[in-house]
Amino acid sequence: MMAEKQGFGESFTVTGGDYFNAGLVSSRIKKLLKECGIPEQAVRKAAVVTFEAEVNIVSYAVTGIISVKVENGSIFIEARDQGEGIPDIESALLEGFTTANDKVREMGFGAGMGLPNIKKFSDTFEIESEIGKGTIIRSMIKIQE
Amino acid sequence: MDIGTIAEKLKLKIICGESRLGETVTGGYAGDLLSDVMGNSKKGDIWVTRQVHQNTVAVAALKELAAIVIVQNASPDADTVQRAETEGVVLLVSAQPAFEVVGEIYRLLRGA
Repeated sequence: MMAEKQGFGESFTVTGGDYFNAGLVSSRIKKLLKECGIPEQAVRKAAVVTFEAEVNIVSYAVTGIISVKVENGSIFIEARDQGEGIPDIESALLEGFTTANDKVREMGFGAGMGLPNIKKFSDTFEIESEIGKGTIIRSMIKIQE
Repeated sequence: MDIGTIAEKLKLKIICGESRLGETVTGGYAGDLLSDVMGNSKKGDIWVTRQVHQNTVAVAALKELAAIVIVQNASPDADTVQRAETEGVVLLVSAQPAFEVVGEIYRLLRGA
C-alpha cells in the first residue's frame, strides 16, 4: 500500500488477495477526507464506497488503484483494477449475486452486496469491465453542507 | 445508554477500547455479513456478530459504530485486537449466543 500525490487528490494501491489489510486504504481515504473538512455524511458514504471497492480488488483482482479527489462540491472515487473482469455486469449489480469463493465468504464477504452498496451510496455510478483485463468503477458523491 | 453500562449489565468481557466506554450507544445492528453491516448499520450502533477477524474492525471504524460485541465466547484474532487498539474500536465478548445478546440490548435501549 502506498500513496502518491496527484495534485488534485490521492491514489492508493490495493493488492489482490491481501485480506489481512483489506480496509486500510478506505480507512486512510476516510481520514484524508475528514482532514479536508468534508462533512460527515459525505465522508461516511465515501467510506462505504471505497471499502467495497477495496474488498472487490482484494477478492477478485491481481492489483488495483483507488483514487479519490474532491472537486466542484463532489467527491470523485475511481477504482481501477487488473483482474479477471466481470462477465455479467447486470447480474453483478443485483443484490445477492456473487461469484465469491469459500475463503472470501468465510470472512463475511462475498454476500453479493458490494457493488449494490457502492451504487446505493453514490450519487452517480459507472462501471466498465473487460474479461481478462479488469474493471473500472467510478463513483461521485455530492457534498451537501 | 453508554457502552460501559451495556457491558456491565450483559457481563461482557472488555477486550479493548476502555477509554470509550462512556460513549453513547444510539442503536444496534446484528450480522455476520460485512457488506450488510457496511450498508445498513448506523453511526453509534452497537454491532453484534460472530465474526472474529480483523476486517470487522475496519467496518466498525469506517461506520463509526459504538462497539463490536462478539458472541458465544469466541476469541477475537490477535490481529483483530491489535487493529482495534490502533483504530480505537471497542471490542467486547459475550458468553451468550447472538439471540440472547440482541434481545437484552434491545430491552435496555428500547425499554421493551
